[in-house]
Amino acid sequence: MWGAVGRQAGEVGRSILTSVQRRSNDNAAAMAWAASKRLMSTGSEITVRDALNSAIEEEMSADSKVFVTGEEVGEYQGAYKVTKGLLQKFGPDRVLDTPITEAGFTGLGVGAAFMGLKPIVEFMTFNFAMQAIDHIINSAAKTNYMSGGKISVPIVFRGPNGAAAGVAAQHSQCFAAWYGQCPGLKVLVPYSSEDARGLLKAAIRDPDPVVFLENELLYGETFPVSPQVLDPSFTLPIGKAKIEREGKDITIATFSKMVGYALKAADELAKEGISVEVVNLRSIRPLDRATINASVRKTSRLLTLEEGWPQHGVGAEICASVVEESFYYLDAPVERICGADVPMPYAANLERLAVPQIEDVVRAVRRACHRTSVEDRREAA
Amino acid sequence: MFLNSWLWRSRHLSRSPLLLLRSRSIFLASSCTTELLASQNASEHQHSRKLPSTVPRIRPWWNVSWSSGYRNPSMEAEKKVASGEDSYGNESKQASSTEFLDFPGGKVSYINELQFLSESSPVRVPCFQLLDEYGQVAEHACLPEVDKLLAVKMYRNMVLLQTMDTLFYEAQRQGQFAFYLTTIGEEAINIASAAALSNDDIVYAQYREPGVLLWRGFSLNEFANQCFTNNLDYGKGRQMPVHYGSSKLNYPTVSSPIATQLPHAVGAAYALKMENNPACTVTFFGDGASSEGDFHAAMNFAAVLEVPVLFICRNNGFAISTPTAEQFKSDGVVAKGQAYGMRSIRVDGNDTLAMYATIKAARVMAISESRPILIEALTYRVGHHSTSDDSAKYRKQDEMQHWKMIRDPVFRFRRWLEGQRWWDPEADKQLRSESRKEVLAAIRSAGPLKKPSLSSLFTDVYDSVPSNLKHQEEEVRATVSRHWSDYPSDVPL
Repeated sequence: MWGAVGRQAGEVGRSILTSVQRRSNDNAAAMAWAASKRLMSTGSEITVRDALNSAIEEEMSADSKVFVTGEEVGEYQGAYKVTKGLLQKFGPDRVLDTPITEAGFTGLGVGAAFMGLKPIVEFMTFNFAMQAIDHIINSAAKTNYMSGGKISVPIVFRGPNGAAAGVAAQHSQCFAAWYGQCPGLKVLVPYSSEDARGLLKAAIRDPDPVVFLENELLYGETFPVSPQVLDPSFTLPIGKAKIEREGKDITIATFSKMVGYALKAADELAKEGISVEVVNLRSIRPLDRATINASVRKTSRLLTLEEGWPQHGVGAEICASVVEESFYYLDAPVERICGADVPMPYAANLERLAVPQIEDVVRAVRRACHRTSVEDRREAA
Repeated sequence: MFLNSWLWRSRHLSRSPLLLLRSRSIFLASSCTTELLASQNASEHQHSRKLPSTVPRIRPWWNVSWSSGYRNPSMEAEKKVASGEDSYGNESKQASSTEFLDFPGGKVSYINELQFLSESSPVRVPCFQLLDEYGQVAEHACLPEVDKLLAVKMYRNMVLLQTMDTLFYEAQRQGQFAFYLTTIGEEAINIASAAALSNDDIVYAQYREPGVLLWRGFSLNEFANQCFTNNLDYGKGRQMPVHYGSSKLNYPTVSSPIATQLPHAVGAAYALKMENNPACTVTFFGDGASSEGDFHAAMNFAAVLEVPVLFICRNNGFAISTPTAEQFKSDGVVAKGQAYGMRSIRVDGNDTLAMYATIKAARVMAISESRPILIEALTYRVGHHSTSDDSAKYRKQDEMQHWKMIRDPVFRFRRWLEGQRWWDPEADKQLRSESRKEVLAAIRSAGPLKKPSLSSLFTDVYDSVPSNLKHQEEEVRATVSRHWSDYPSDVPL
């Protein structure tokens, strides 16, 4: 179950903390890290990992009912170091290392949530959450409804989702469409550090069960943040997309890591005179149809971009929504860019072919803008 | 084979060859349960306290207090065994051996003959019983403190439960609602457990435990409203019949998937522990549920996290049509307790007093020592699995009749009550006819009530109704009012 992901995380962990006298080093490292965090609070830039860590830490400090559970979240400081320092600060009653039983600790978290505690259940990746998906859907998502509103489930399920690098099929599936289909759940997909902090805080405070889909490759990326974002009371509203980049020729609706790809593609296309509007969905359920449709009505063209599989994917839902509400505004057919309809292969060349690349986005935008080559554009002018 | 195994029991537990079992067990037979309770209450609440000499030693695999610090308790166990003492500071029987193998989790001694641990014990775990099949007090039994008031209340509830089940089942058969399942044969488990618990204990039921709700005060009307899913149903028309729930009676709504309530109960117990709340959670499940992955997960977590939860298994012989012989190869469910490092007991589920005594003792242990307890209550599922089942297809009619007529737990308890001069046939006749009248009245009043209104379709999906659902509700209302004749006239809007 660990695979390459676990080995990479382990190596990173071990390079930071030597295995000898790990516990005393833990404390020293945690305190040093906390000190360095204070320096950052003047507001410049933080990694997504630190954004998530600070969000969890602040919510745990503010509300004693919040606790973290999952594999390796405590002593190991988190498989991806997202929960670093929390065990040292809050103790083993609030940061629970669990045996390897996703069904067990998810069910346990749901039971604790029934009683009014606010668990943050970490899955090492959402692929492993499939072993617990009955508890996520049947026990968490449906319970408020089926109990006649008597039992609420203020739980957050978080962890990396989607493709990483070289981890093959059982570590690379994107679950946004699966969870996005279920009433009773809220599904969030942060991209930047600001998204990570604001949405995670909102998720922890939300009385409904929230599935929080992070991305492993984004953890180490740094984003600039304003001092407002670093404030402990900062939250983002759930169900509102963000216009990451304004444009007027075409809308790209996307989420998570693909937002970065869309922005890079937009930079390239700007050189050709195509102005791309990038909509960072931030929330799969509820889906911000209003923002997407308003953007499409402005630009008249739509592209959806996701890493997941095409059939019944997030893009399919966005297309349906736009066709239902903004059909007459479209100047070109909607195109979906998705991962290849195969289990993720391992070999690097095959893996590259199985996920969208920036070139795919650029070519698709050109198709939608009826500019299949730069030569064509010169002729049209 | 099946019937014979039920009839076997040991009368002389304290002096039996069971002590020769390689696995360690705890027996309550040689001392009265009340004495044990008193000693439990009196001693300190620590794992390493000394037990009174009248009670055989309890030997956990290791002494771990999760909340006392971080990990590496194996070092503690290693030190203790190496010093020649057991966890109670008494001289260890293994002190004489100087050869140990050092493994994480503690030292293990060598053995030089190739020997496999047998797949089963030479003797099955005995079944705790106080009243025999005829309602007579067993030879060495020491009864719990049950006065006339409590005993009669338990009996009245058992009869009411039996009556409710019989009449509601018939109502389903008449087509008044779509589904029902009965608790016939398991009334003692339901009522005696409920009587031994406190109303603060949270009960995570499977579906064959409405007796617990009945004991706690759920009215016949409330049961009927849920089965008929009328507009007074607490579930607002969203659950199948018998999926009761009551937040004020600490009984979370029944969830259909099997065994999912087990990890929930553990999580809830964890919440109680974190709040220092002197209550426990109790979870019921059947023999079949012990095969689910959730059972393993819940048992393991409960033991590792040291939380106050009672796992009560109603081993009633069948999981729909699967008999226990095809469900597991272990000695029932009780044998699994020790595999998880959990204290366990096997009890006669049809013996009201034995169930009462067991749950009372288990509850005290769970709360005062913050530990989980596994209780396997042996019983028999007299009714079909549910109204969707016809069990005559997989078991003999005379077996069912035998258990229904001769080994009825309600009748057995009645025999004891009559022996105590606390009950008589006249009172019984009156009780049964009263119960029948009350149940029929509840059915008659629940049936004609209106069904839940259209708005209850869209509420409670989330904490507050989101805009897309408000929009959908408006659309549905508009469609219904435009095409009135296409919709039944008795659907309230």
